[in-house]
Amino acid sequence: MADGAGLPPGEPVLSVRDLVMHFPIRRGLLRRRVGAVRAVDGVSFDILPGETLGLVGESGCGKSTVGRSVLRLYDITSGSIRLEGTEIGRMSQSRLRRLRPRMQMVFQDPMASLDPRMTVESIIREPLDEHTGLSAREKRERVAELMDAVGLNRRFAARYPHAFSGGQRQRIGIARALALNPRFVVCDEPIAALDVSIQAQVVNLLEDLQERFGLTYLFISHDLSMVRHIAGRVAVMYLGRIVESAPREALYADPLHPYTQALLSAVPEPDPALARSRRRIVLRGDVPSPANPPRGCNFSTRCPAVMPICREVDPLSQEVAPGRTVACHLHGPLAARTPNPVRETTRAPEAPSIPAGIPGDETPGQTPTRSVP
Amino acid sequence: MPDRAAPVLDVRDLRTVFRTRAGDIHAVNGVSFELRAGELLGVVGESGSGKSVTMMALLGLVPSPPAVVSGGPALFDGRDLLRLPEAELRRIRGARIGFVFQDPMTSLNPVFTVGFQIMEPLRRHLRLSRRAARARAAELLALVGIPDAARRLDDYPHQFSGGMRQRVMIAVALACDPQVLIADEPTTALDVTIQAQILELMAELRARLGMAVIWITHDLGVIAGIADRVMVMYGGQVIEHGPVEAVFARPTHPYTRALLATVPKVSGERSRRLQAIEGQPPILSAPPEACTFRDRCPHAFETCFRLNPQRYPLGEGHDAACLLADPGLAPWGRPEPRVAHG
Repeated sequence: MADGAGLPPGEPVLSVRDLVMHFPIRRGLLRRRVGAVRAVDGVSFDILPGETLGLVGESGCGKSTVGRSVLRLYDITSGSIRLEGTEIGRMSQSRLRRLRPRMQMVFQDPMASLDPRMTVESIIREPLDEHTGLSAREKRERVAELMDAVGLNRRFAARYPHAFSGGQRQRIGIARALALNPRFVVCDEPIAALDVSIQAQVVNLLEDLQERFGLTYLFISHDLSMVRHIAGRVAVMYLGRIVESAPREALYADPLHPYTQALLSAVPEPDPALARSRRRIVLRGDVPSPANPPRGCNFSTRCPAVMPICREVDPLSQEVAPGRTVACHLHGPLAARTPNPVRETTRAPEAPSIPAGIPGDETPGQTPTRSVP
Repeated sequence: MPDRAAPVLDVRDLRTVFRTRAGDIHAVNGVSFELRAGELLGVVGESGSGKSVTMMALLGLVPSPPAVVSGGPALFDGRDLLRLPEAELRRIRGARIGFVFQDPMTSLNPVFTVGFQIMEPLRRHLRLSRRAARARAAELLALVGIPDAARRLDDYPHQFSGGMRQRVMIAVALACDPQVLIADEPTTALDVTIQAQILELMAELRARLGMAVIWITHDLGVIAGIADRVMVMYGGQVIEHGPVEAVFARPTHPYTRALLATVPKVSGERSRRLQAIEGQPPILSAPPEACTFRDRCPHAFETCFRLNPQRYPLGEGHDAACLLADPGLAPWGRPEPRVAHG
């Protein structure tokens, strides 16, 4: 599916298929269910051993919900999640507990995710207390080892989180996540709350630890430049769906989905000469509510390249090159595989009209013409 | 734009100390800058660098006590803002100097309609009638690109999205046609595609209204795109300042250089490893008597630990507060400027 052809031998550490996570909206005295926030609405991806998959998107796109769902911090609505071959999508929390040491999480805000009344040592030791039968001395040694690994001075083990700076607190969170030797770590915006000069320290640390302990990361972030640095493959989310996924170089050099193009062009360029010459695609309007997504393609309400079919038919994710998928009518066999037939469109499916001047659109063999119905 | 226009704002040696029970914190330590008519001055710095406190001190918005503002003068239109009586300052603040803060959710009052909040400065400062104020408020909302503006005046802040609320904040700030707009991280809480909308709007409004803008941010990318001049702050001081092209092409202070190197880009070459700035920004319990960046600086030498460097001119209105920029002290250590065209 996602990576068909060029898949190296070795099973993915994490394999997600058609993940759906809807949060019910309840109203009234009887808390009757009146709708659902479709936070994640059919998401599939694989992460190979030792790899970092970057999951990017803007606030509310569902990227954090994906991260929490694959660790089963939620009871998912439907879909399959396989961690090293074991299906955990439907597993009970009590059985999941035995698998918890293998999958861990680094949270965004270290101040909110560390108990202010626990010392650094007890914070890092807690997973060892819960999941191992180590002796007190062994635990103390392990905590000291972990503090060394993340670059915290072991002399500070008896201090409380408030005595540390933001970057150091994030190191405590990372040490706690690594305590049980996990294989797979979800990093949910691990640097978003940090100052720029500190971000680089934490990212370098995450990379060092990955190499040293053979970790596999799902790196969730809204920061496209940082994801380009850390991730080998990147998936772009919009309103509960992955709209494009590709190897890093391909995605940044030649984004295919109009949303990816707009997103990349909106990242400020830290070079005044380039910044002024660059063409910025400014999207109009706001992201629609995930409780009431638009008909057809989710991006059709803001897409600068929108066609009539986009407002009717939801584009399927198509593999356009090895390891590269796009869910957009501009790419792949247009609507050919969609289950519901296109009505009210007179255009032949193989000859879509593309509005002139879509930046970066290189679809071969299609003449840009603007046709007004 | 950076021509020889007279400065609208001329700040000299501004200082602010917070006197707390846990001791003094010297947040602003002798900041001097000018803002010329119609230009956009970018102020870059990390949290704790004193960039926000500097602007709040100018406007008389730091609570005192615990803050003690000293130094100056800070001349706006020939008058020293630091020594104006509160009543007069109030007449300037929000009227002739507008401001926009980072988080639009906390700076708009949730219990009043958006229209009421835009009309308030109009009625207060310009003494407009209710009807005139309402008409002007609708105009302003339309100006910042909110569709169906007249109808949306009766909506409450929670009915607007984050990007829209930030537009409302800008509308409030623009209400009285200010000469100066101070924007403190106005796009930091927003997504990049919404940020792009706001930046475009700002460029348009500046061209149309010709006001001078101070734009505070930690994002060098934003500054590169919109600023005429940039001022880099560290430890409550200006450590580098100059035309944006010069500062980005020939960053001279090691902090500026590190800051530019540490940020990964979405285009161009990808570095294998990020250049981190080790250590932490300082918290100053006394006025700096040595370079505030010395402990994190790869070039620090003995003098840096004894002397707080002045701002050395580098030509073209570019200056840096680093001994490496002192022509007399360290000819060997001066960074090679990248070759400029021509």
